[in-house]
Amino acid sequence: MSKGNRTAYAVFLVLIALFPLLFGKSSYTTSVALFAGINALVALGLSVLMGYAGQISLGQAGFYGIGAYVSALLSARYGVPVLLSLPAAMAVAAAAAVVLAIPALRLKGHYLAVATLGFGEIIHVVLNEWGPGGPSGFGDIPPLGILGYTLTSASAWFYFVWGIVAIVMLFSFNLIHSRNGRALRAIHDSETASNAMGVDVSALKVKVFVLSAVYAALAGGLYAHYVTFISPGSFSLFYSVLVLMMVVVGGINNLWGAVGGSLFITVLPEALRQFQEFDILAYGLILTLSLLFFRKGFVPLLIEKIRFRALRKSPRTAPSPPLGAEGAEAMGKGGRPDARD
Amino acid sequence: MKRGFGLFTALLVIILFAAFSFAAPAKAPYRIGAIFSVTGAASFLGEPEKNTVLMLAEQINAAGGINGHPLEVIIEDSKSDETQAVLAAKKLLEKDDVVAIIGPSTTGESMALVPIMTNAKTPLVSCAAGAGITQPVSERYWIFKSPQYDTSAVEAIYTYMKRQGIAKVGIVSIATGFGDAGRKALNDLAPKYGITIVADERYGPKDSDMTTQLAKIKAAGAQAVINWSVGPGQVVVTKNWNALKMGIPLYQSHGWGSKKNIELAGKAAEGVIAPLGRLVVWDKLADRHPQKALLKKYSQDYEAKFKGEPGTFGGHAYDSLMMVVEALKKVGPDKAKVRDYIENKIKKWPGTGGVFTMSPQDHCGLDKDAFEMVVVRNGDWEILK
Amino acid sequence: MTVFLQFLFSGLTVGAVYALVGLGFNIIYNATSIINLAQGEFVVIGGLVMWFFTQSVQLPFLPSLLLTLLTAGLIALLMERLTIKPLKKTDLLLMIMITVAVSILLRGLLMFKFGKEPYVYDPFTAGEPLQIHGAILQQQTLWIFGITLLCIVLIYLFFSRTLLGKAMRACAVNPTAAKLVGINVERMIMISFVLSAAMGALAGIAITPVSLMEYDKGPMLAVKGFSAAIMGGLGRGRGSVLGGFIIGILESMTAGYLHSGLKDAVALVIMLAVLFFKPAGLFGSKAMLQLRKF
Repeated sequence: MSKGNRTAYAVFLVLIALFPLLFGKSSYTTSVALFAGINALVALGLSVLMGYAGQISLGQAGFYGIGAYVSALLSARYGVPVLLSLPAAMAVAAAAAVVLAIPALRLKGHYLAVATLGFGEIIHVVLNEWGPGGPSGFGDIPPLGILGYTLTSASAWFYFVWGIVAIVMLFSFNLIHSRNGRALRAIHDSETASNAMGVDVSALKVKVFVLSAVYAALAGGLYAHYVTFISPGSFSLFYSVLVLMMVVVGGINNLWGAVGGSLFITVLPEALRQFQEFDILAYGLILTLSLLFFRKGFVPLLIEKIRFRALRKSPRTAPSPPLGAEGAEAMGKGGRPDARD
Repeated sequence: MKRGFGLFTALLVIILFAAFSFAAPAKAPYRIGAIFSVTGAASFLGEPEKNTVLMLAEQINAAGGINGHPLEVIIEDSKSDETQAVLAAKKLLEKDDVVAIIGPSTTGESMALVPIMTNAKTPLVSCAAGAGITQPVSERYWIFKSPQYDTSAVEAIYTYMKRQGIAKVGIVSIATGFGDAGRKALNDLAPKYGITIVADERYGPKDSDMTTQLAKIKAAGAQAVINWSVGPGQVVVTKNWNALKMGIPLYQSHGWGSKKNIELAGKAAEGVIAPLGRLVVWDKLADRHPQKALLKKYSQDYEAKFKGEPGTFGGHAYDSLMMVVEALKKVGPDKAKVRDYIENKIKKWPGTGGVFTMSPQDHCGLDKDAFEMVVVRNGDWEILK
Repeated sequence: MTVFLQFLFSGLTVGAVYALVGLGFNIIYNATSIINLAQGEFVVIGGLVMWFFTQSVQLPFLPSLLLTLLTAGLIALLMERLTIKPLKKTDLLLMIMITVAVSILLRGLLMFKFGKEPYVYDPFTAGEPLQIHGAILQQQTLWIFGITLLCIVLIYLFFSRTLLGKAMRACAVNPTAAKLVGINVERMIMISFVLSAAMGALAGIAITPVSLMEYDKGPMLAVKGFSAAIMGGLGRGRGSVLGGFIIGILESMTAGYLHSGLKDAVALVIMLAVLFFKPAGLFGSKAMLQLRKF
């Protein structure tokens, strides 16, 4: 992790810890934030897949749904403790991702988008037809219990979910800066060149795809055990598109973008509640405008702004490596992350 | 770009501020929360429900409120989405400190609220039909619902079919919670009435042609088609049924109860039979029927205000709200007492959906007598005897 | 036989609409490489605006038709000028996402103007449906087929016979070279948006009498049309038409002979299979795929 990212990560941890102080202890506010955290997990996976491996997916809702249904089913019907059913759900999603990825990742661009979209829709139909409860969904899913302590309050859940987000972020940052991460960005820039350099492109692509599926499944499981009721409606194409929107609005070349985008897209409808019927209009308008004006996503811009401030305050210190170096540097290059490290 | 960014940050701050803070309460109004699918896939339910609640609140306040306390109904849009419904309920419970919540419009959303309402010890009167919302009653201490059970609607249809000598039916249902619940009820109750289901077909909420499903039902030798859905699907099925000249009657669910459907289907709707609450046929009821007066007032008021009819679903919101209002009038804004009142004192209580009798064993309070079998004739409803 | 024919007619009806939406995707794709995910909204605009002119303003059929196409074209023009043009030369993905944002915005506007209830108007010609071997074919279905056919022919003639069409094809093949020979690439993109919107609207106008139209029908149509275009091979007009019909018929046959709950899934599984064996779609060329980033 670069120095800038380390600072940002520390601030991030402090913000999570201080959340109740900053925004009050209301379970409504906390729930909004924790749903944002759940979305952030899915978005982080997609961000690594898109921003770093250059592959698109419109099927994340499928993995999200697999995670939710498998974990819920195992714990509700077969009495498996949630701490075991969650990893099991992630494993099932990973297996599904492998099966899909091997043929699908040979496809490019729009074709890959449609293939993943098709997968997501197939999962949706399967849940509708054969899922427990069918289209009506099923409830009474046990809540999460850790060592005899059951998570019930929204604030306990908040810390749990955002704690996981923090861990997943750490993991993802390390991945990006590892050998694999450099190879990934090479794939993003030119598959042919990376192949020539001895990178096993297809194996690596599959790995990242599986990783994004696992993140989504984890999020799905958390969702199921928090709400304790799930139905196929929550795992439709609409959600996949929403996650894609989070990543793009936040900034595709930066993991912070995924987190920022999820916060923005989750909080926005809540903020628009008072507009009643107009909210869909306002929502569409704000999305359109933010895409038009913040083409690289609003998070990289925010980062630039902070850096600009910092530079002005201490003009003599040498500029530190930029926060989210991969994102900021890439800006000069048509929004693609740089292959250099 | 720089200025744009400043604007954007300001916007974000305003949004966050708006989201996380809310104006302080006024002087001692009674507050009820309402969660409806005003937008999204089930918006055809949420719209009349929201209108109804707005109208009733206005009427109650114009008449001096509830024992002098103004009634404040805070309506939240769940966007037909369970996550949104959960957040809306949390907001209502905490920011608005409501004494009870009515809605949501769909079974899934209502189910998602069960644990939240139970934790918050606050009564919920759902506007959705699913039996799972109030059963098992032992685990649904705080949960009530105003729509009739799907099983009651099915029983009404089967009872009538038996009299007509129909023994083989084909089902076509929408692949949503509503259609699925109806489909299950139709399958479960068929043996009891000596009815065989020869085809069990489905379609998606946005499908535009169901002739395949209907042709299959016809080929399977059904003596009648039952369509279980709400929204545009029921009109498309009606049009397809008519175009195919199937030669067997079409039955619809209790979701058919809106004149709009007859208008949209036009001549195709002639002869369609459905079990409907008395709201749509109030003008054909005997004057001494206990529901007639209130149905008449509600229908006429609604029509005058919104230039359309409330339909069965607006009626569910009416019943849910009025039960809570009556409880508030009698016992004041005490959550536990409101719950007890609804459970024990709503007896032979005329609403739009039927005459309710709640009890600790039944948190719905209606049975198949809440329905009349109604046929479309000359573009109007006609009660079948 | 009767039943099979009935299933086939149903599949063709639905497939024709997918084909028209897919064709719309292709026109824009050819000029810009992007997929306009607001395409479904233009179908909805077609149906609802047509209702507005025929039922609310009570204009005769033809003027209403022209005004509806004009409205759809105008909205597409605005969309292109305000959202696509400013983003040119940036990320393709960004441009695709903005079409999603615009589709949400358009849905909001449609809900605002028309509310949430479905709309319908009379079929183009009144009269009894036709009987073919005992299977029933509605007159409006024939209109839908006719319009689809007309669109295919017109699009074909446009691209192969007119200077404008040829110029547009040149933009698709190589925008830089097209610019060098004096083709106004920007104008071509504009025209492609208007054309595809008009085609979407035409589909909406034709299906509303049989399948009703409401403000949020767009996304489903877009997904199906997108699948059709991909299945046939992006950039291939005839491919997407065939793709549309294949998906429509597959859905109908699955519903008829297998189970109606699975119809969407089976159509998708077959589409996936096609893609896995023929990654550029049924008629797409792999060489062309290599040339494009997306």
